[in-house]
Order: sequence, then C-alpha cells, then structure tokens
Amino acid sequence: MARNLVPFLVLLFWISICQAASIFQPISDSHRYAALELFRPTDGVFGSLEETYEVLRTFDILGIQEKPDINAATCKSVSEVLGSSAALKDLFYALNVNGVLKCEIKEEIYESITSRLRTVLNDARSLSEFYYSIGSLLLLKEQSSGVDLSLMDADGIFQSIKALSQSDGRWRYSSNNPESSTYAAGLALEALAGVVSLASSDIDQNMIGTVKNDILKLFDSIEKYDDGALYFEEKVVDAYEHHGPLATTSSVVRGLTAFTAVTSGSLNLPGDTIFGLAKFFLGIGVPGDAKDLFNQIDSLACLDTNRVSIPLILSLPATVLSLTKEDQLKVRVNTVLGSVAPRLTVKIVRAFLSGSKDTSVIEGEELKFDTQTSLHILEAFPKTFDVGNYVFVFEIILHDSEQMDIYATGGRIRVPIYVSGVVKIENAEIAVLDSDLGSIETQKKLDLVGESVVSLSANHLQKLRLLFQLATPQGHGFKPHQAFLKLRHESGVEHIFVVEGSGKQFEIILDFLGLVEKFFYLSGRYDIQLTVGDAVMENSFIRAIGHIDLDLPEAPEKAPRPPLQPVDPYTRYGPKAEISHIFRAPEKRPPKELSLTFLGLTFLPFLGFLIGLLRLGVNLKNFPTSTVPATFAFLFHLSIAAVILLYMFFWLKLDLFTTLKALGILGVFLVFVGHRTLSHLASTSAKLKSA
Amino acid sequence: MARSTSKDAQALFQSLRSAYTATPTTLKIIDLYVIYAVFTALIQVAYMAIVGSFPFNSFLSGVLSCIGTAVLAVCLRIQVNKENKEFKDLAPERAFADFVLCNLVLHLVIINFLG
Repeated sequence: MARNLVPFLVLLFWISICQAASIFQPISDSHRYAALELFRPTDGVFGSLEETYEVLRTFDILGIQEKPDINAATCKSVSEVLGSSAALKDLFYALNVNGVLKCEIKEEIYESITSRLRTVLNDARSLSEFYYSIGSLLLLKEQSSGVDLSLMDADGIFQSIKALSQSDGRWRYSSNNPESSTYAAGLALEALAGVVSLASSDIDQNMIGTVKNDILKLFDSIEKYDDGALYFEEKVVDAYEHHGPLATTSSVVRGLTAFTAVTSGSLNLPGDTIFGLAKFFLGIGVPGDAKDLFNQIDSLACLDTNRVSIPLILSLPATVLSLTKEDQLKVRVNTVLGSVAPRLTVKIVRAFLSGSKDTSVIEGEELKFDTQTSLHILEAFPKTFDVGNYVFVFEIILHDSEQMDIYATGGRIRVPIYVSGVVKIENAEIAVLDSDLGSIETQKKLDLVGESVVSLSANHLQKLRLLFQLATPQGHGFKPHQAFLKLRHESGVEHIFVVEGSGKQFEIILDFLGLVEKFFYLSGRYDIQLTVGDAVMENSFIRAIGHIDLDLPEAPEKAPRPPLQPVDPYTRYGPKAEISHIFRAPEKRPPKELSLTFLGLTFLPFLGFLIGLLRLGVNLKNFPTSTVPATFAFLFHLSIAAVILLYMFFWLKLDLFTTLKALGILGVFLVFVGHRTLSHLASTSAKLKSA
Repeated sequence: MARSTSKDAQALFQSLRSAYTATPTTLKIIDLYVIYAVFTALIQVAYMAIVGSFPFNSFLSGVLSCIGTAVLAVCLRIQVNKENKEFKDLAPERAFADFVLCNLVLHLVIINFLG
C-alpha cells in the first residue's frame, strides 16, 4: 500500500511544484547560497579540472566574490596537465580553468599545445575530437598572445563537422556511429562557432545558411510542458553516455548562442521559443546537484546575452495581497539572471475572479514604474475590489520598439493572485428551541472574536440553532471554504455538521430527535467547536464556543454502538504497559512450627518401637561369631544401609537412571552377601533343630 | 448385667494376654514393628487432616510407605509363624530375604513418588 502511495505522492508533489512555478523567479540569492553550499573544495581543490571549471564558471556568473582559495593547488595541476600529453578533454578543461584563474604558463607550452592540437584537428574523425581541439584552440587564442592560431583549412574542417549532421538537425558522434543525438548537436554547433571565429578567411555563407537551417530543424523536435516551458530530450537510449533533458537542453543552448554570436544575419527563431527555454531552466528552481546547477546557471547566462532574443522574466515579490493592510500590487521585470531590464511598461490586460472569466475587475491598466526600487506598482485597487482568488493577465510593453527584436517578453502572462482581507463576523447567536412550538427556550449571544463561552442544556425533544453573518470588507456576502460545527462527546465521539449559508446569513439547526441514533444515545456533555476558514480570510478561526449538556433517552437493545475511538498514534510508539505474569497462586503452607512438631511426633512410634524391643529383651546373640559369616553379615547390613542411602540421594538430587544403575550393582552385591548370610543362619538353625 | 460384661471383658483380655505371652519373641518383634508403622501412618494422616492434603503425592508416599511396610511385615509374620502349616517348608530366613527385597522395591517406588 505504502509503495503504491509513493509514486502518487511524488506525482502530486510534482504537480504542485508545476503549479507553484507557473510564475518564474529569476536567479536570486537562493541560487548563490545553493552554489556555496554545493561547491565546497576538499583539500583546496574541486575534484577534477572539469568540476573545477564548472565551479569557477558558476561563481563567475553568479558574481560570488568570496570564492574558496583554490588557486595554488589548482594552478599546479593545470600546469601539469598542460605540460604533459594528457587527454584532449583534460587539456580542454585545464585551459578553461586557466582562463579563469590566469595561472602562469610559459609561452613555449602554449606553442607545443597549439602544434599538437593542429595535428589532432587534421586527423580528427569524431565529434569530440573536433569539439575539444577547436575549443582548446579558441581558449588559447584568448590566453596567449604570441601564438598564431588562425585556421588555414577552416572550410574543410567546417565541412568535416557538418558531414556528421543528420537531416533532422541532430548530429552523430562519429562517422561510423549511426546514432544521432541532440546533445551532440549542441557540441557540434559550438565547434562550428569555434571554427568560424578561428578561420583566417570568411567561411562560405551558404554553409552557414545550411547550419542555420539545421538549427531550425532541431528546434522542431523541441518538447513542451503544460506551463509553456520548452526543452530537448535525448531520444537515444543506448548511447554510451546518456544525457538528461537538462544537460541536453543546456548543450543545445550553448551551441545555439555560440553559433549565433559569431555569425551575422538573424536566425528565424521565435522569441517565445527562447522564452520557453528560459522558463524550463528557471522552472527547475534551485537544483540539489552540482552538475545540474552548473548547467542551469551556464545556460541562463548564455540566454541572458544571446543574439536571438533575450527573455525578460516578470515576477511578483508577493502573490498574496492583503486588502485590509492595503498592500500594493508590485511587479518586477528582470532578465533571467536578475539584471535590470530595458525601459518598459507593465500593463494589466485584465484581472478577473478565478471561476468567473467573463467579468473583468480591472482592464487595461498600466502600472507605474518606481525607479528607486525598480518595481512596477499598481497604486490602488479599484474601489469595488474585494477579497478572492484572482487571475491577473500582464503584458510587457517595451518603450523602444526596436528592442522588440532583442527581447522576448513571453506575451501575456497569467498570474494567480490571492487578495485576502478581514471578514466581518456579526450577529452570532446560539439558541435552544422547543421542538413543537419553535419557541426559544434559551438564547445566548456569541462573541466569536472574543473568548466568551456558553453553556447550554437540552433534551432530545429540543433543537439547537446557531446563527452568524459573514461579510467581506466591501460588505458583500462571503462564502468560506469551510464552515463546520463540531460536537464532541466526553467519550471522544465526534459529529461534524456543515453550516450552510446564503448570502451573509449562516444558519444551522440541529434537531436532536432526529439525531439521537446518530449520537448513539450518548447523553452528557458535548463540547461545541466552530470552524470558519478560507484562504483569503485573514481571520479564519477554529474556536471552542462552549458546551451543551444533552439529555438523550436510554439506548434500545439493538441501537448501534458508538465506534471505538482511534488510538493516539503517538502512544503506539510509546512505552508499552508492563506485562505482569500471573502464576498459579502458591498453595497455603502450614506454619513451620506445626510441621516440625509433627516431624517430632513421627519419631515417637519409632521410640516406642525401640522401647518395646528393649522390653522384649531383644539381643544380637544370633549374630554369627566366626569371622567369615560375621563379615558377610556385616556387609549385608552395610549394603542395605547403602541402598537406603542411595534412595536418599535419589530423593535429593539423582535421577532415576543413575539411581537404577547404582542400584543394579548394589543389588547384586546385596543379594550375594544376603544369600550367604541367611543361608549360614538357616544351616545353623537346621543344625540346632537336628541336634 | 453391666458388671458381668466388664468382668467378661476383663476375663477375655486376661486370657488374650496370657495366650499372647506364649507367642515367640520373633513374632512379637514383628507385631511391634507393624504397630510402629501403623502409628507413624496415623500421625501423618492426622497432620494431613490439620493442614490439608498439599502436597498430595508426598502425603501419599509417606502413608503408603508405612502401610506398605506394615503389610509386608504382616506377610513376613504369616510366613514365619510355625503354626501356619502352609509355610512349613519355607525357611524363616528365606521369608526375611523376601521381606527385605520387597521393602527395597517398595521404597524405590515411594522415593520416586515422593517428589
């Protein structure tokens, strides 16, 4: 059960995130904190050079000043990589890191790397070789002054890269790999951009035009979320390195911006597409993974300065506004990285209560721009503006019409806004009515704002009536999400009733005659609790308003039993009640003295027996006198004593088997000596007789 | 009437005593032993009557030990008595050996049952 629930909860959570993120916030301080939290150096370095580059680039974009001090250790590994014949990828990232840290590298090293890269580029077959070598050459161009880096055979290289492209705008990693990939397309575009900027002479415009066409084809395969966010997804499942939507989209964005930056002429991409991409990156929020954070921030930085169109993000500092506190509607417009937008006006196209689309509350109103806070402010709501859930439709209008091509505003933006306020609660009263006549038995005023409590009593022939009025700040009737009356019996049985209302008036009448069965015939004290709550009601409350003593008739035999009250879940994990084992009660024993007395008494007959023997004049004259029979007779008595002793041990500690074994041996001996003794006695007596 | 009865009784006891005096000493010893065993059993029964029968097995083994040995002694007396022509061929020593053996077996069981 719980297992089935988890995906469902994740889905719910995801849906709630999606809805919450329908207004996107630009990059803010929370990203900076996340970056400082995610990127922590260990022993003065950030793992590999690739990771180091990602950290430095992220910090650079976010403008984080207090970077961890990693220069010494990192520059050491940068110069090690540059000085050796390391893999192309490592070389590329070492140069990237060097570009940020500006380590001291000798010109000769740059020269040797350049010649190595040129050789690699001439024999390059796979896309990654092109990408890393061209990328590295581009970085060398920025970092070294003395080396000549222009490409003579730029057209040839351009064509070799272009040869890897597919008809749908995607690219292959190498000529012998038929799988095409969107991620590779991003890499290829970046490499092509590098070739264009490194070329010693202009590249053939026709070829650039074809690549632009490829880009447009690539954008045909873009995916879309419900909230308008656009992204690329890698279709190849069995590629040796699979990339998620974030990494794929990020790669395409990098390639796109790099390519459009170095080529002239416009790309026929609609601004909304770029805006959708920005939505995708911002919709992620703050990623919990270092790689994701880099991809997000780096892509947004590319979008922030791209030549196709720069997205402008409309965000609201608060989407819950209090009518009572006279909050103002404030709107902020920034670029994705949070920098200032050009001069523009924000216009409320219309605003309407969610659920009633047809009646606009505000229509076509422009917001005033406050230069100090750079916020667009609606100074006052119209007079008739009331509490409720509204949907505001905004539009951004750029002042300079030429900028329309540079910026993407995302068209009309719908933002849900909650306008809350204090709802007036008036004329609350509670009364007990007589059922037949409807006459009022007791009536009490209720102060639902204060702390007053009432105490009432009623029997099953009476009714309970609760009345109150709700009114919005504008004096209109208000229907809250929740209006519940709860009666709770002493035993914990609860009954919840919905308080119905029309207009301002809310009323509930509980006829106890009809409710006795529902109340399980439970007489006694019921606590009354009233709940009135709504998202836009600032003074929502849940209040105990008193208690009522109910006198209900005795339950008939077949009446339903009240349900068992659920056990408090906390006690389930608390200490259990101690288990007391019930043993059979020990038998009554007599007092010790009595038992000892009787032990003594049992010796009395024995004493009497001995005395009797003496009186009879018993003697041992018959005991054999000669040595051998005397010995046997003695042994006979001794073995009898031994058997009795053995029995005593059996009683005290031995078990039956040990006893029987010992008895077997003793018995044989006893029979032997007994036979000898008794036969001797018999023969003696026989002799006496015959004599 | 009553006087004559008591006189008769006295006369009866007198004749019994004189007759018993003639009994051999060995038989008297056995009689004494039987009385001793029976009295011991009676004391245990009295104890049981006062404090109750718990533990019952111990009470039983105690009383049966006494009764059993008394019965065996009676058997010994029958066999040893020379008047009993039935056991004329049986040597008294053989009877005594039987008595000892039976007693040992009886008490093995008793001890086992004693608990």
